[in-house]
Amino acid sequence: MSAVTESDLHAYADGQLGDAVRVRVEAHLAHDAEAAERVRVWREQNEALRALYNPVLNEPVPQRLLGARAPRARWPQFALAAGALGLSFGLGWIARAYQPDRAMEMAALPRSAAIAYAVYAPEVRHPVEVAADQQDHLVKWLSKRLGRDLKVPVLTQQGFELVGGRLLPGGKGPVAQFMYQDSKGQRITLYVSRRDEPRDTAFRFSQEDKIAVFYWIDGTLGYALSAEMDRARLLTVATAVYRQLNP
Amino acid sequence: MDSAEIAAHIPRLRRYARALAGDSQRADDLVQDTLERALAKFHLWRRGSDMRAWMFAIMHNVFVNQLKQRREIALDEAVEAGLPSAPRADPLELRDLDAALRQLPAEQREVLLLVGLEQLSYAEAGQALGVPVGTVMSRLSRGRERLRALMSGTAPANNLKLVK
Repeated sequence: MSAVTESDLHAYADGQLGDAVRVRVEAHLAHDAEAAERVRVWREQNEALRALYNPVLNEPVPQRLLGARAPRARWPQFALAAGALGLSFGLGWIARAYQPDRAMEMAALPRSAAIAYAVYAPEVRHPVEVAADQQDHLVKWLSKRLGRDLKVPVLTQQGFELVGGRLLPGGKGPVAQFMYQDSKGQRITLYVSRRDEPRDTAFRFSQEDKIAVFYWIDGTLGYALSAEMDRARLLTVATAVYRQLNP
Repeated sequence: MDSAEIAAHIPRLRRYARALAGDSQRADDLVQDTLERALAKFHLWRRGSDMRAWMFAIMHNVFVNQLKQRREIALDEAVEAGLPSAPRADPLELRDLDAALRQLPAEQREVLLLVGLEQLSYAEAGQALGVPVGTVMSRLSRGRERLRALMSGTAPANNLKLVK
C-alpha cells in the first residue's frame, strides 16, 4: 500500500478522490488521529465559507452588472465583425430572465431620482417649492400628500444645509424631493417615494451617468440620495441619512 | 445567447468576489470589470470549454491588477460598519471567518475560495489562476493551515501580500 500524501488528504477533504484512493485514505485516517483532525478542520472551513457567502447567491443582481457592456472596441474592424456575427454586447436585454419583477421595479428608483436631480439641482432661482425657513410647513405638506410621516434628515455635520423641498409626480403617485446644499453650492437631493407593499432592502448604489445614487427601501417608503459627486463622498452623507431615518 | 450565458454566471461570480474582496461595493466593481472583459473577449472563449473556469480566470486577472494599483476608497469602512446586508447564520463566528480571510495572502485566499467555496477541481483552479496543480496544492495547504491558526487565535495578524 503506497503512502498517503498531504495532497491526498486535501483531495479527500474536498471530495476530489476516486473510490480506490478514497478507501486507502479512510484506512489511513482510522489510525492517524492527527491527520483525521486536520481533515475535519478543513471540511469545517469549506462548510463555513459556504455558510458565510452562499446568501450572496440569492441577492438580486445589481442593475449595473446586468447593464455591463464591453468597453468600446479599440479597433473598428472588431466592432464590425461583432456586428456581422450578430453578437449583442450588453446584458440588459436579458435582465428579466434573471431578475424578479420587484427588482426591476427597484431599478426604476435610482433612475427616477437621478432624473429629478438632473432637472432641479442646477435650478438657480427655483430649486424648491417650499424653502427650509418654512420647514414645519414643508414636512406637514409633503407628509400629507404622500400619506406617510416623513422625516427630514439633518446633514449639518456632513456640511449640507436643507434648501427646501418640492412635490413631484412619480409612477405610483406623489414623490417628495428634499434638497441640500453645501457652502460651495454642491447639491444633494433625497427622493422619497411611496410604496404599496412594505419591504426592506439593503443599501444599494447606482451610477446614473454623472449622478451617483444610493438607494434603499424601508417599509413603505423608497429613498434615493443623489448627487453629482464621487461615490465615497456621497456614501458618508448616505450613511448619515440612513442612520437618521433608521435609528 | 452569448451574453445570456455570461449573465447566468453572475450570482456565482458575485459570491466569489464578495469572499475575495470582502466589501460588497468593491466586490461588485470586480464583477463588473470581469463582465466587461468577458464580453470584450468573448470571441476568445473556446466553445465547449468550461465557461465558469474561464470567467474565474478573467476575474483573477482583474483582481491581481486591482491589487497592483489599489486605490482605497476612503469610506468602505462605512459600509462594513453596519449597513444592512443579507442575513447570516451565525454572525459573530462567521464575521471572524471573513476577517481571517482578509489576513491571508491574496494568492492563498484565491485558492482556498476556488476550491472550498466554488468547489472547482484542483486542475480547474490551476487553470483559473494560471499556475500548475502543484502550486495550487501548496497554496491550499498553507492557506488552510493559516486560516486554522487565525480562527483559533494562534497566529499573529499580518497584512495582505501582493500576488506576484
